[in-house]
Amino acid sequence: MKNIFYLIPVLLLLFACKEEVKEELPILGNTYEEAGKKIYHEIRDFSFVNQDSMTITNEVFAGKAYVSDHFFISCPTICPKLTKSMLRIHDKFKSDDRLLLLSHSIDTKYDTIPRLKKYANDLGVSSDKWHFVTGDKEQILDIAEDYFNVALEDADAPGGYNHSGRLVLVDKNKHLRAFCDGTDAESVTKFLGDIETLLAEMDQEKL
Amino acid sequence: MNKINFLYLVFLVTIGMSAYLFQGCQSNPYVHGQILYENFCANCHMEDGTGLIGNIPPLAGADFLKNYADQLPCIIRYGVKDTLVVNGQTYTTPMAGIPQLTDIEVTNVINYINHAWGNDNGFTRPTDVQVILEACKQEEL
Repeated sequence: MKNIFYLIPVLLLLFACKEEVKEELPILGNTYEEAGKKIYHEIRDFSFVNQDSMTITNEVFAGKAYVSDHFFISCPTICPKLTKSMLRIHDKFKSDDRLLLLSHSIDTKYDTIPRLKKYANDLGVSSDKWHFVTGDKEQILDIAEDYFNVALEDADAPGGYNHSGRLVLVDKNKHLRAFCDGTDAESVTKFLGDIETLLAEMDQEKL
Repeated sequence: MNKINFLYLVFLVTIGMSAYLFQGCQSNPYVHGQILYENFCANCHMEDGTGLIGNIPPLAGADFLKNYADQLPCIIRYGVKDTLVVNGQTYTTPMAGIPQLTDIEVTNVINYINHAWGNDNGFTRPTDVQVILEACKQEEL
């Protein structure tokens, strides 16, 4: 009986160790089995146009991780905060070419390529790092779901659209690995750590 | 003697409490304005008043607040469609007005932003704001 008491500190120590080990990022989303193989949720193929009129497909992100969000320029609610959070990520990983950023405009009517270009220029960012894309409206709204976001046209919503403010981290296999609330600075801080974890994982795989 | 000691104690506690309460007031006299700011303005101008570089002008350290103090009430109520220059930078993104704020609430917001984040642009009186708002009154919003 006495032995159990000796075990307690050992158990505590075990738990203490466990916390120190940096966790691996999970692969998020629904999975299913196909021919005995586990299939993970992934971002579908897409084709949009960015602020420099370049066609942007999954190929642009091949071999890289990227952070995605949905926004629109004239959005009076959460978007400025989302963009500011994206800018935080941009500034932190500015010179790290393993990470890119992708912002989808959901107001495909108003946010034309020249307007997206001006928006990016005013932020002081360029398309070798951060793509602001527009395209077929249905495609843009539909792909939001792949990123666990909701984007809907809604005449009653401020600015004409309802959408959620998740920033999502996608790995080089098109899998979702982490997300945060782009309107919450603390959540973004944690997310910056998740990005580091993924980049470290990518380096491990290269060895 | 005991009674005097007790009265003295009560006296000390009273002084202490008023000092505490007074300090509470002093540290942030614009609580109402702050709450309104956080609900109606901070989405774009941010909690720390820094705005969004190139797109939404800052309020913290903004020369505009001083130079165009008499325009602030109407900007808050009706928004902005024209370009603005703040600290030498031009901004073109339109701002939506907040028509639901009363004259007093507009005043409270102005006094909050004029004293937050190191700003020190003096106190705005509600009566002045009322006169300004009457002058720029628009029929239908």
